[in-house]
Amino acid sequence: MTRRAVARALVYLSLILATLVVLLPLTVVFLTSLKTPGEMAGDSGALTPPDDPLNFHNYVTAFQDGRMLPAFGNTAVILVVAIGGTVLIGSMTAYAVDRFRFRFRKPVLALFLVAALVPGVTTQVATFQIVNSLGMFDSLWAPIALYMGTDIVSIYIFLQFVRSIPVSLDESARLDGANALTIYWKIILPLLRPAIATVVIVKGINVYNDFYIPFLYMPSEDLGVISTSLFRFKGPFGAHWETISAGAVLVIVPTLIVFLLLQRFIYNGFTEGATK
Amino acid sequence: MTDTTEKTARAPVSGPPAPAAPRPARRWRGATPWLFLLAPLTLLIVFTYAPIANMVAYSFTDWDGVSPELRYTGAGNYAELFTRSDLFEVFWVSGYYLAASVFQIAAALYFATILSFNVRFRNFFKGVLFFPYLINGVAIGFVFLYFFQDGGTLDSVLGLLGVETDRAWLGTPVSANTSLAAVSVWRYLGLNFVLFLGAIQAIPGELYEAAELDGANRWQQFRHIIAPGIRPVLSLSVILSVSGSLSVFEIPYVMTGGATGTETFVIQTVKLAFQFNKTGLASAAAVVLLLIILAVTWVQRRLVPDDKVDLV
Repeated sequence: MTRRAVARALVYLSLILATLVVLLPLTVVFLTSLKTPGEMAGDSGALTPPDDPLNFHNYVTAFQDGRMLPAFGNTAVILVVAIGGTVLIGSMTAYAVDRFRFRFRKPVLALFLVAALVPGVTTQVATFQIVNSLGMFDSLWAPIALYMGTDIVSIYIFLQFVRSIPVSLDESARLDGANALTIYWKIILPLLRPAIATVVIVKGINVYNDFYIPFLYMPSEDLGVISTSLFRFKGPFGAHWETISAGAVLVIVPTLIVFLLLQRFIYNGFTEGATK
Repeated sequence: MTDTTEKTARAPVSGPPAPAAPRPARRWRGATPWLFLLAPLTLLIVFTYAPIANMVAYSFTDWDGVSPELRYTGAGNYAELFTRSDLFEVFWVSGYYLAASVFQIAAALYFATILSFNVRFRNFFKGVLFFPYLINGVAIGFVFLYFFQDGGTLDSVLGLLGVETDRAWLGTPVSANTSLAAVSVWRYLGLNFVLFLGAIQAIPGELYEAAELDGANRWQQFRHIIAPGIRPVLSLSVILSVSGSLSVFEIPYVMTGGATGTETFVIQTVKLAFQFNKTGLASAAAVVLLLIILAVTWVQRRLVPDDKVDLV
């Protein structure tokens, strides 16, 4: 019995240790974001709490000088358009491929499946030239088009889901005189709600966090999204860790809120997204 | 080059197969799926297949990405890639991340196993372990830049424990790469963990009860019930780790910019293509990376046949 108790204690010890490893770096950055430049220059170590725990001055600096407000705006625009587009494109593809029998159906399906194996990072050298020749370079359209056009995982999720919707629903609607578009819009799309929720969550978090694509395609400062704007803190705020920390906290807090509110959906979404 | 791209992009879409049936209603039905596929296929071809085709074409030229003229150089770029040691070095850097991902998978498996049993505050621990995966990569880069800084978080913690260090954690290639790989474990452990946990929890509970009645201990339960249940997810994690370690970008780019020997394959390719205008060479590098990843995927599919391939 004592051996069991020791094992139990070790299990909890490892969990507490892991919790410390995860939370400590984040907590320290949060504490740093509340310190004044004077405190930072002084001898106070990284672990000491700030003198004034309500000193939000650095957040104001990050928002104003760090241009975080337009960055959140740009990110929001990209999020809404790209996710809306992904949902439409994914569900349309799934509907067409699952509900119709047409020539070249299998080759079309294979095109989508094989594309899932190609990691986006590898092809950017050439994708860049295409985006550039379409005149989308350095505009919000570049990331929107890329997020919409290269998301095969969502198509998978929709495809699995469309299959579970009984065909008899389509047929009875067709007998009532509905055409394909009406069936898609009035019957399939509303029934896809759970799949849409998954796609919106997974895609939303990925788009919010993406750095690579906005960094490559939107060098203009006005077009900064949260990742690239935060990245630019490195220059002007060089050694001002209190401002950089405030910027990092500003970016992390929305994620934390979404995570706390939607925990269950997020676990399911990422499990589905990765295993499909 | 772009013109041909656009033409190939539109071709399958603008030319739907002519339906054989004469009745207008039938003909319309034949075109319907293509109307739904118009936008998805165009995007797929323009942003996935055309780039791959172009990339392979560029890789045999000395194109700089801007000027209208380019020369065919045969396999010259590939030869350069494999013979110039400074270009090849990035593969050794991937080794750090690959080694780290072995530790990462083991740790994720450990935490998934213990949290699948009855543990207090289970949801709290689950959330804490998973949350880093959701955090913005640039923010993580800054958090750990401060963590490893001289007199930063790590030094302060070590100081509390009575260990005085004055080493620059990101100062030498070995130390820097190890630190960056550790950050990558911190960031990605949560995904592996949640995948494992999901697979373990999908195992019916009666199996454990039956095993317990038969006197099986925790290790035997793991060995004979859990391990077989998570095999598909384990193989998925392995392949994600391999392709992940080859395409590391954000963490080292934000934290060191690729300095002190921390340049990864993707950082090097981005620099070649967009700073040094060596589109041809960068394309060759990207083709090599793509081939490696496809090969790894293929091997994995052969080793662990996926029983869920029912899409076609």
